[in-house]
Amino acid sequence: MSTASQFSSTVSANHDTTAISIDNLNKWYGDFHALKNISLKVTSGERIVVCGPSGSGKSTLIRCVNQLERHQQGSLTVLGETLDENRKRLQRIRRNVGMCFQHFNLFPHLSVLKNCTLPQTANLRVPQAEAIEYALSLLDRVQMREHANKYPGQLSGGQQQRIAIARALCMRPKIMLFDEPTSALDPEMIAEVLEVMVDLANDGMTMLCVTHEMGFARRVADRVVFMDQGEIVEEAPPQQFFDTPQSARTKRFLTQILDHGVTAA
Amino acid sequence: MTVSATQSHSSVQVPPHHPLGHQVTRWIKTQLFPTPFQSCLSLITLALLVWFTPLALDWLLFSATFVGDSKADCVGGGACWLPVTQRIELFVYGFYPDTEIWRVNIAFGLAAAILPLLYIKQIDRRWVLGYLIVLPFLMWWLLKGGIGLPEVSSTKFAGILVTVFLGVIGMLFALPMGILLALGRRSNKPVIKLLSVLYIELVRSVPVITLLFMASLMIQLLFPEGMTIDIFLRVLIVLIMFTAAYMAETIRGGLQGMPSGQYEAAKALGFSYWKTMGLIILPQVLRNTIPPLLTQFIGLFKETTLVVVVGVLDVVGIAMSTTAAPEWLGLEHEVYLFLALFFFTICFTLSRYARHLEKQMEKSRS
Repeated sequence: MSTASQFSSTVSANHDTTAISIDNLNKWYGDFHALKNISLKVTSGERIVVCGPSGSGKSTLIRCVNQLERHQQGSLTVLGETLDENRKRLQRIRRNVGMCFQHFNLFPHLSVLKNCTLPQTANLRVPQAEAIEYALSLLDRVQMREHANKYPGQLSGGQQQRIAIARALCMRPKIMLFDEPTSALDPEMIAEVLEVMVDLANDGMTMLCVTHEMGFARRVADRVVFMDQGEIVEEAPPQQFFDTPQSARTKRFLTQILDHGVTAA
Repeated sequence: MTVSATQSHSSVQVPPHHPLGHQVTRWIKTQLFPTPFQSCLSLITLALLVWFTPLALDWLLFSATFVGDSKADCVGGGACWLPVTQRIELFVYGFYPDTEIWRVNIAFGLAAAILPLLYIKQIDRRWVLGYLIVLPFLMWWLLKGGIGLPEVSSTKFAGILVTVFLGVIGMLFALPMGILLALGRRSNKPVIKLLSVLYIELVRSVPVITLLFMASLMIQLLFPEGMTIDIFLRVLIVLIMFTAAYMAETIRGGLQGMPSGQYEAAKALGFSYWKTMGLIILPQVLRNTIPPLLTQFIGLFKETTLVVVVGVLDVVGIAMSTTAAPEWLGLEHEVYLFLALFFFTICFTLSRYARHLEKQMEKSRS
């Protein structure tokens, strides 16, 4: 896949600025302490992979970044704006933070093209013609242009996920969140989605990915964050994380996941 | 399995090309006479049809009287359609002044134009929506008058005019109100939620006929003496309120069926609450709830006939007064058959239209 710098215009080349700053974040579901004192800084252009056993709070963490989940304690600053009760500010942040879901969540009543143009025309007030042009260029990028007039229900999981990525990119986001984007896919479709994500990473997009794809983490991530029971247990560059894990919990997790051979890409 | 076996198997899969006559006998065999018991049922049904159809047609059409001045002209032995044909203007326009009947015709035409407007896909949805919003007010202005048109007292409204007016305007207002109530009931603002729940539960727990009596008698008590709201508007409001409460529950069911991922995706893309609802959630919910919503539309259309109990003469009221008139005494069968035919035609058209919509959705989704 080409690496023409289509996205770089939206991504600042300045790597010193902080994209996301999470400080002592706590979240409870009833009595269940889902996130315990999480602190994490992501500078713009950085690619972070968050991994951990199921129920460890990794999805909850990235869903806090665009406030699909509310946190109860701690502070969260995204692109220089601190999240609070202000709805306008939240909407502004959400428009700058793209997200891809495990189950794609495309809008089934809209064609592929409309899925990509509606967010632009409705939320960014982009003129129709420009929205179509931009959407088609992104669909081209994820190699789905020829399916532009189909409906999501007519496409495979891998194809739907690539469209979901294109749809998120249509909002010209500065940060992309991925919430287990390949977990609901048949094995043969995982590669096509990872390919798009690698392409995006090579383009300098700031990425926060929850994934079990350790091959992807090794290849793309600047840092790997390992979570267990609502805490960040270990945080290291991939080489160090995979070759010399520090904590016993990380070691156990890596053995389990590598033994199952979930190392595509 | 060997190659030749698969080949012979696949050759069986080719649909056999039979002449039409063969297909007909095949259909008769498989559909009408598959088992001895079903053969018996088929024969009995056929016998009944053969015996009944000519009788019915003879009475309804061939021996029936369509032209004449009074009951005395009905000598054919069949149905006497004269009470309908002689009074057709009364049935359609009620007591509307003759010189102003063109206004009713335009109002009918505007209402009928909804169907082709919804049918033709090339027309911009925004225009259709605008039309549907303006239509009730336009119809009211045409019928009632004022601003440039001579005013017609609503005591002159009767017949099909009333039925169509109540039905069409009722539908146009009940759906949006039902949507708002459904959203209100799911709102996370306690006051809005409580009000919606109270409204829905109260209205649903009272028979519509009681509400109509309340509208005709009690609402008046709330207003100062001398100030009256048109009885016509009062029953219209009751019908809308009533249908909206039921629609709200249907739509709420549809909203509950929406996967949470749809809301999350919309939020993540920066859609506001109203844009999420209007562009993402409701279009899907309304599609999924077409069959029950249509049942309620048809229900509303038929419930308009209840207004007769509070003295509004709809088409049923005219029918009742016709059968009670001395010159047409004893012709209830014909008059009520005509009524049944009238309601069937409209409700069946609605039902076919909904089926067509559903099919279109299925096509675009698969």
